[in-house]
Amino acid sequence: MTKIMDSDLVRRAIIRIAHEILEKNKGIAQLCIIGIRTRGVILAARIAKAIKEIEGQAVPVGILDINLYRDDLTLVGSQPIIRETLIDFDLNEQKVVLVDDVLFTGRTIRAALDAIMDFGRPSSIQLAALVDRGHRELPIRADYVGKNIPTALKQNVKVVLSESDNEEDAVYLEENK
Amino acid sequence: MSEWTKRHLLDVEELSKEEIEMVLDTARSFKEVSSRDVKKVPALRGKTVVMLFFEPSTRTRTSFELAAKRLSADTINIAVNTSSLSKGETILDTARNVEAMNVDAIVVRHATPGVPQIFAHNLKSSIINAGDGCRSHPTQALLDMFTIKEKLGRLEGLKVGIVGDILHSRVARSNLMGLTKMGAEVTVCGPSTLIPVEIEKLGAKVSYDVDKVIKQSDVMILLRIQKERQKDHFLPSIREYAIEFGVTTERLKQGKKELLIMHPGPMNRGVEISSDVADGEQSLILEQVTNGVAVRMAVLYLVLGAK
Repeated sequence: MTKIMDSDLVRRAIIRIAHEILEKNKGIAQLCIIGIRTRGVILAARIAKAIKEIEGQAVPVGILDINLYRDDLTLVGSQPIIRETLIDFDLNEQKVVLVDDVLFTGRTIRAALDAIMDFGRPSSIQLAALVDRGHRELPIRADYVGKNIPTALKQNVKVVLSESDNEEDAVYLEENK
Repeated sequence: MSEWTKRHLLDVEELSKEEIEMVLDTARSFKEVSSRDVKKVPALRGKTVVMLFFEPSTRTRTSFELAAKRLSADTINIAVNTSSLSKGETILDTARNVEAMNVDAIVVRHATPGVPQIFAHNLKSSIINAGDGCRSHPTQALLDMFTIKEKLGRLEGLKVGIVGDILHSRVARSNLMGLTKMGAEVTVCGPSTLIPVEIEKLGAKVSYDVDKVIKQSDVMILLRIQKERQKDHFLPSIREYAIEFGVTTERLKQGKKELLIMHPGPMNRGVEISSDVADGEQSLILEQVTNGVAVRMAVLYLVLGAK
């Protein structure tokens, strides 16, 4: 198991992503952030906090559970546990920034896009990921990336965040047997 | 508990405490889906759910149908009067014919206890019991538990009174089994002719005094008194039942302010429940109906995903 990012790198990546989001969207007008369960939710909250520190104003933050929209629901073992989706603001004509921890095949993001479309018609949807590990199976790319990590298919990227894992922030690359 | 393994939902007894909790947690997420503008998720796309009802039902059938539709499953309703049962076919043959059209789940209601079990043993589809005789009505118990837990945050340690025709009520039996499993204390109450003998062995306390039950309870589930019961000599008269056991605003004054009133419907206003109680602030009757869809979505999602 190799450590690829330590807590400082994770912290700086989040602050940089917050700046990039503000730069691209020219401020926080119509901006909202939606985290994909589980670790995307934590990252979304951290990005929103950074944006508030920079701009002095809060942006709405939502939580998305994409399991009901998965394309492999009938293939995986038993049904994944469904947790609540919490988006208590209107998505119509908003600029939505989706946040996930690792961007891999793109299938999670495909599901998230479908889910968001059921909530309304945003003017744009952008994607932020802490790690982009390549191997896309769908035509999807991230607008904001913490770190690009070239990986082999059999490897595994493990993101550790203090809020969910009770451990210092870090990103590891694991060899799968 | 992270994996659901049951392909059928036949009664509450077969569910473990963890499995009941899993249904309730899953239902909480599905409740949000019903509050959206677009009330549909693609989770059961391509699945077919058949409602095979050998007994009339509006609420339960509609609730199951909406639940299936909100998960993008296709639904078919088969009501007894319009089917070939009246031409002499056995119920199992009817079900086998339905299944031969490649359906994935059969939601069944029948007046005879055990019919869902017979289906589960003889068919390949997932079977969901929507009420079999006076034996079991698991989704009603699950939605009642969901409603109580949503309001009070817990089930353990609560005192629940079930009042009415306990003898003929599958709702009472399923709620008794489910609630006691989750750690609530259940008291059943009604005229002695309508309390089954030895119900204490299922974990219930018995009371014949509705006022006493009102004073001690956190939640009360009132059951419909069917007019036929008077003909069958279980009751001297419906009016007498209303006087002895009907829950009124006056009677509720003896209980806690937060006492919650539930009823699985359909209700007889002025018999087991007065109109002002049914429409009052303590009543959860319509919330039960709302929650019913979410709980049935959770059940369909879980049993159709079990491997």
